[in-house]
Amino acid sequence: MIQGLFDFLGDSVNWSGSEGIPTRLAEHLGYTFLSLAIAALIAFPIGLLIGHTRRGAFVAINTVNAWRALPTLGLLTLIVLLIGIGQVPVIIALVVLGVPPILASTYAGVAGVDRATIDAARGMGMTGREILTKVEIPIALPLIISGLRSATLQIVSTATVAAYVALGGLGRYVIDGLGVRDFPQMLAGAVLVALLAIVLDLAFAFIGRYAVSAGLTGRIRKTQKTSTAPAPAGAH
Amino acid sequence: MSWVADNSALIWEQLREHLYLALIPMLLGLLISLPLGYVATRYSWLANPLVALGGVLYSLPSIALFIVLPAVLGTGILSPINIIVALTIYAVSLLIRNVIDGLRSVPEEVLQAAVSVGYGTLRRVLTIDLPIAIPVIFTGLRVVTVANISMVSVGAIIGVGGLGELFTQGFQQDFLTPIIVGVVLSLALALVCDIALVGLQRLLTPWARAVAPVKEAIA
Repeated sequence: MIQGLFDFLGDSVNWSGSEGIPTRLAEHLGYTFLSLAIAALIAFPIGLLIGHTRRGAFVAINTVNAWRALPTLGLLTLIVLLIGIGQVPVIIALVVLGVPPILASTYAGVAGVDRATIDAARGMGMTGREILTKVEIPIALPLIISGLRSATLQIVSTATVAAYVALGGLGRYVIDGLGVRDFPQMLAGAVLVALLAIVLDLAFAFIGRYAVSAGLTGRIRKTQKTSTAPAPAGAH
Repeated sequence: MSWVADNSALIWEQLREHLYLALIPMLLGLLISLPLGYVATRYSWLANPLVALGGVLYSLPSIALFIVLPAVLGTGILSPINIIVALTIYAVSLLIRNVIDGLRSVPEEVLQAAVSVGYGTLRRVLTIDLPIAIPVIFTGLRVVTVANISMVSVGAIIGVGGLGELFTQGFQQDFLTPIIVGVVLSLALALVCDIALVGLQRLLTPWARAVAPVKEAIA
């Protein structure tokens, strides 16, 4: 079976054309980033609002709990039967799954900022908007990135399952292989999706490491010995 | 509704299969991650690599794991063992972090007090460390249980998926009722299991209840 996997991956036929691996991979990444972008556009402002005003926390926490319990295949089949086969219903389902983790982590990150830090910012004369963009968001960034990471992995995984309701992407190998009992093809699809998930996971770990303010991660202390660096904000 | 009445025996059977496919891995995951987490607190250099490995394994899509496992284990593609092993892997990946954090949350002076009144290692771990770690471990256990219940359905694509079979059936017949019944039952099952775990945690940690009013009084 493992040999079959390498035969499939080694066959040049599978690396070109509309059913080739590059096309399927591009489709999969396309669905993932489109859904992620829409989900972030919806979830990020709401999360910021709830976190900044510290109102509606109950809603944020409970949506993420319900989200975890929601069976993805049920959601996909439900939306496709209601709207019809096509890319739009599947993207809607992927967005629905992407919103809660981004919303909850944005909320938690912003709401978790030390009150003393916010008071200090206000004492320095910052407006509410400045506090949000210059203090709360930078401090919340590690959690926001981890929310984006959860959403991405959920979307990559569900986009694979979505091949069942006639979406393209790497999941096609799994579903098409299943239809004709071609196990090597299924295995190739599964391995490619797993690799994609690992690569995206590592990418987010990398982004988390370098996008977050050096004052928060402590990176600055290693690189900059002089004391011109500001004291790490929000260090407890 | 008449569809539900006509198919109640089948739905009941799928609900039972669903529960079994979700809870067995949860228990296996706990049984594996407890000793593993203990070892990682004894040999602390192990903790970070184990948690990192868990993170990578947890990032793998479930459908991928359901298909790769038969190739690795030599089981048939339709075997429920694939689902159980896959969900156990997820359970351990998540729980290992909670077990390590939980065991590390035991205050040093409590450990020293236990040793000085003559507790041996095994007795101390079972009767002091573990109970104190329960709240942190249960936080992970609740996430694992709810996540497992939702992931079992994906197995329906390859033929073993408890309530998930209602989704594939509904989709193939272009019939909404089974899908709605499946989603509702799956959510209800997750809710009931979560409440049960909260109740179990309260039973296992009676001291948390006794202390709570005092804390409130101080606040």
